[in-house]
Amino acid sequence: MAAPSDPPPGGASFGVIGRPLRRVDARAKVTGETRYADDLALPGMLHMKLVRSSVPHARLLAVETRAALAAEGVRAVLTGADFPVPFGILPVSQDEHALCTDKVRFVGDPIAAVVAVDERAAEEAARLVKVTYEPLATIASPEEALATPEPRIQDHGDGGNVHKAVAFDFGDVPAALASAEHVFEDTFFYQGSTHLALEQHATVAWLDPDGRLTVASSTQTPHYLHRAAAKVLGLPPAQVRIIATPQGGGFGGKTDPFNHEIVAAKAALVTGRPVKIGLTREEVFFCHRGRHPVLMRLRTGVGKDGRVVGHSVETLLDGGAYGSYGVASTFYTGALETVTYAIPRYRFRGCRTFTNKPPCGPKRGHGTPQPRFGLEVQIDKICEKLGRDPAEWRIENAVAAGSLTANWMMVRTTGLVPCLEAVVKASGWKERRGKLGRGRGLGIAASAYMCGAGHPIYFNDMPHSGVQLLLDRGGGVTAFCASTEVGQGSDNVLAVLVAEVLGLQPGDVRVVTGDTALGPVDLGSYSSRVTLMMGNAAVEAASRARERLAAAAAARLEVPPDQVGFGDGRVFDVGDPGRSMSFAEAVQRAEAAGGTVGTVGSYKAPPHPAKYKGGGVGPSPAYSYSAAVVEVEVDEGTGLVRPVKVWIAHDIGRALNPILVRGQVVGSVYMGLGEALMEEQAFRRLPERLSRALVHRSPSMLDYKSPTGPDMPEVETILVEDPEPNGPFGAKEVGQGPLLPIPPALANAVHDAVGVRVDEIPVTPEKVRAALRSADRRAGPARFPAVPWPDALIVPPPWEGGDGTAVNEPKKRKGAERHPEAVKP
Amino acid sequence: MEAPLVAPETRRERLRLAFVVNGEGRELLVDPCKTLLEVLREDLALTGTKHGCELGECGACAVLLDGELALSCLVPAVECEGRAVTTVEALRDGPELHPLQAAFADHGAAQCGYCTPGMLVAAKWLLDRNPAATRDDIERALAGQLCRCTGYLQIYEAVEAAGRVLRGEPAPGPRLPAIVRGGAHGRSE
Repeated sequence: MAAPSDPPPGGASFGVIGRPLRRVDARAKVTGETRYADDLALPGMLHMKLVRSSVPHARLLAVETRAALAAEGVRAVLTGADFPVPFGILPVSQDEHALCTDKVRFVGDPIAAVVAVDERAAEEAARLVKVTYEPLATIASPEEALATPEPRIQDHGDGGNVHKAVAFDFGDVPAALASAEHVFEDTFFYQGSTHLALEQHATVAWLDPDGRLTVASSTQTPHYLHRAAAKVLGLPPAQVRIIATPQGGGFGGKTDPFNHEIVAAKAALVTGRPVKIGLTREEVFFCHRGRHPVLMRLRTGVGKDGRVVGHSVETLLDGGAYGSYGVASTFYTGALETVTYAIPRYRFRGCRTFTNKPPCGPKRGHGTPQPRFGLEVQIDKICEKLGRDPAEWRIENAVAAGSLTANWMMVRTTGLVPCLEAVVKASGWKERRGKLGRGRGLGIAASAYMCGAGHPIYFNDMPHSGVQLLLDRGGGVTAFCASTEVGQGSDNVLAVLVAEVLGLQPGDVRVVTGDTALGPVDLGSYSSRVTLMMGNAAVEAASRARERLAAAAAARLEVPPDQVGFGDGRVFDVGDPGRSMSFAEAVQRAEAAGGTVGTVGSYKAPPHPAKYKGGGVGPSPAYSYSAAVVEVEVDEGTGLVRPVKVWIAHDIGRALNPILVRGQVVGSVYMGLGEALMEEQAFRRLPERLSRALVHRSPSMLDYKSPTGPDMPEVETILVEDPEPNGPFGAKEVGQGPLLPIPPALANAVHDAVGVRVDEIPVTPEKVRAALRSADRRAGPARFPAVPWPDALIVPPPWEGGDGTAVNEPKKRKGAERHPEAVKP
Repeated sequence: MEAPLVAPETRRERLRLAFVVNGEGRELLVDPCKTLLEVLREDLALTGTKHGCELGECGACAVLLDGELALSCLVPAVECEGRAVTTVEALRDGPELHPLQAAFADHGAAQCGYCTPGMLVAAKWLLDRNPAATRDDIERALAGQLCRCTGYLQIYEAVEAAGRVLRGEPAPGPRLPAIVRGGAHGRSE
C-alpha cells in the first residue's frame, strides 16, 4: 500500500484534501443546532449547584447540610463524605476529591452539592449549607511556597510545598559557559492566563433505561473522564458511558476530569434522575487549569561565530492547589527548548510549587510558551550585542531535519527555515526593521510544537486512537471515533481523510464522535494530537475498506485490484476510467463477496530515543514549526502597545483544508496577542478586615481583559507544505504551535520601536512606561530565587557518546539502544 | 376562581407571559426571576441562543427585541410581554441558509460555533440597517461580541461577503493562506 503522505496513484491530484470546503459541522453551527452540553435537557431533570470554599486554605471542621436538605424542592445534598476515592488526570497525582473531604485549598474549592428541581431552588438551598473552617496559612506565590514548607497544601510531591522539582544535565553546561565568548543571563516572567472558552463547562448525567450511567459533558478527554468517573464512583467502566458534547472552545481548559462532572454523575446515581450542572463564568475561572505563571532564568553561552555552546533554563512554576497536569507541565517548560536551534549542551531545572489558587494546567502550548518567550527574547538580545540580524541568526542556527537533540528529541522534519524566510520576505524585514521611526518597530520569533504527545497519560501499550468504519449498501460511510470536537475541526479531519481514501466527498461521511460507547478510544483533544493520530487511524481504516472494495470491484472490472481507482463517488479502472461502477455498487459487491463491510484502524506513536526518566515528555511523532514577524506601534506617553500587523508562517506538512488551517493560525495569533498584551489570571489578598483571603482579581469576562475584534491587527498567513512522513497525507498540527512565536515577537518589536526591553508577559502600558523611565531601559523580574534542586540526571547528548539513558539513573530501563541515525544538529 | 399561579414544587409565584417568538405567538407561565435568555432556552427549548457570562459581557446571547439588538441575559423575561423576539433559529426561512449563515459556513467564521448565533444576530441587525456596511461599520457593530477561536478576521470577512450577496453584488470566496512548498523534509531549496 502507498504511504499515506502520497497522493493517489496514477498521477491524480487529491480529491478533497487541500480544498477550501465548508466544514462538515458548519451548517449545525450557523443554524444554532449544534447541541452543546448545556443545551441538553431531559424529562424530570434535576439541577445542581456547588457550595464552594470562601477561604483559600483551611481544614474543614463541619459541613452542616440539614437545612439545605429540608429546603423546598431539594432532592439530594452531597458532601465530601460521599467521595472518599480521589482522582486526578495524572496517575502520580490523584489528589482531588470530587467534593473536599478534610481541607479546602483555594477560594472556589467545592465542598457540597445541592440537587433540586430547578436551578433557583438549588442555588437558594446551597446558601443554607453551613461550613465551619479552621483557617490555615495562605501560600500566595512560589516564593512563599519555597519559604513555607508547613502547612503543606498537599501531602504528596517533592517535600514541603514543592510539587515537583526536576534537574537534567545533557552535557556539561557550566564548562561550556566557562569557555564561551559571551554569556548572556536573563530573568523573565510569563504571567498566567486562562482559556476563557466562551462556553461555560456543563454536564448532564443520567441513568439509561437499562440502568447504566451516561455522562454528557463539555470534556476534551472523554476517555480520561471515563476512567476517573468509574474509579471514584466504584463502577465497572463498562457500566459508564461518557459523551463529549461538541464544545464551545476548550484550549486545554476542559482537559482534566472535573469535580462537577463526577458529582453530577453521583447525583444521578443517588436520585435516579437526570442531573444537570452548568457552571457560572466565575466558577469557570475557579476550574482554571490554565497557563502556569513561570519565572525563569536563562543562561546562554555563545562562541565567536555566535553559535550556542551551552544553554541553561531554570523555571519556577506557580502550580495552584492541585497536581492536575503539573508534573507534565514542569517537564514541558524544558523539553522543547532544544528542537529549534542547535544547542550542543543543555541544562534544565524545573520546579512547580503548590499555592492556594485554582490549579494551573494545560493551555494551548502547555508549558512551552513561557520558556519559548525567554529564549526568543534572549536571542534578540544576543543578536543585538553581536550585531547580528536575528532572522539570519535563527536561519543559520536552525536544527536540521533528521537531528537528535541534546535531550534526545528526534526532529524528523522541520519547516523552520522556510517559515523564517517566508515571514522575512513578506514583512519586508530586511528593508524595514529599525527604519520605521521612533515608536514603530518589527520583531521576529520562531517556535516549535508537538503533533501529539508520544505517550498516553497513563502507561499502556494500546493505540492512542482508533477509528471504525461502517459502509452501507446505499454507499454511505459512517466513521466512529471517540475523538472530541472542541471547535478545532476534528470531525472535519475525520470526514475528509475517509472521503479522500474512498473517493467520496466529506459530506458523504457521517461522523459519530465523542462517545465512549460508540467509538474506539481516542485519547482526547490535547497536545495537538488529533489530526496526526486520529488521522492515521482513519486512513488505516479507510485503506482497509478500500482494499475490500477494490478486490470486489476488480473482479467485476477484470483488472488487478491495484488498478482500481476511487474518485467522485465512483470506483473505476484507472487504465480506462470510463469502465466504472458507483461506490454503492462496489460496497454491495464487497458485501456479497465477504460479508458486512466494516473496518478498523488504529495508531500508536512510534518509539522514541529519550530513554531517561522524564524523557517521556516532549517526544512526538513530528514537530511543527512557526515563525512570526509582529509590527507594533508604541505610544511613549501612555505606554500603550498596538499591534499593527502580523506575518506568520506555519509548517503544516500538508493543509487538509486551508480555510480551517488559516482559522487555527489566526486564532492562535489572536490568543497569543491576548497573552502578550493583557491577559492575567491574577490574584489579590482581601483587606485584613475581610480575612486577607487570596481571591481572583478579575473572575468575569469584563474584568479579565481579552482582545476584542477592534484590537485585532491584520494577519498575513503563510503555510509551508513539506509532507511529514508520519502525518496522514503528510499533515502536521496547527492548533497550538502558531501561538508560540507571538509573545516574544511582540516584545522584540517593542524593543525595535522604543529601545526598551519588557522581559515580562503581558507587556502592559505600565511596564512599557516603567522601562522607558528606568536607567537600564528594562522592565522585568530582578532575581530568580534559590530553589532546592535535586541531584541532576546526567544524560550525555548523542554526540558525547550517550545512549539516551542517564548515566546515574538508579533503574535503567531495558531496551535502551544506540541510535545510529543520530547526528549533531 | 382561578388557582394561584404558583409552582407546586417550590411554591414560587409564576407570571403569565404572552409574546411573539420568531413570528409565532407564545403564552406561558414563567418564574419572574428568569431572564429572556433563560425562558428562551429552558422554557421554549430554543437553545440556539447561547450564554458565556450571563452578565452582559460576551454578547453570545444577542437576540432582536422588537427589531433592536438586545442581550437576552440582561432582559427580564416579564418585560417582553407583547413584544417580538427574533433568535438565530429564525434567521433562515425554510431549509436554505440565510446569506449570513452561508457566508459564516464558507469563510470559516464559525469554529467552535458558540459565539456564532450572537454574531449572526448582531450582523443581521447591522445589515438590516446598513446594507452597505463597511469593514469599520462591521467592526464597530460586532465590538461587543466576543469570540475566542477565530481571531475575528474570518467573521468580518463573512459579514462583508454576506453584505455583497444581499446587495446582489459578486461576493469573494474565502480568503486563503499563501502556500509555500518546503524542501524535502525541511531543507529549504
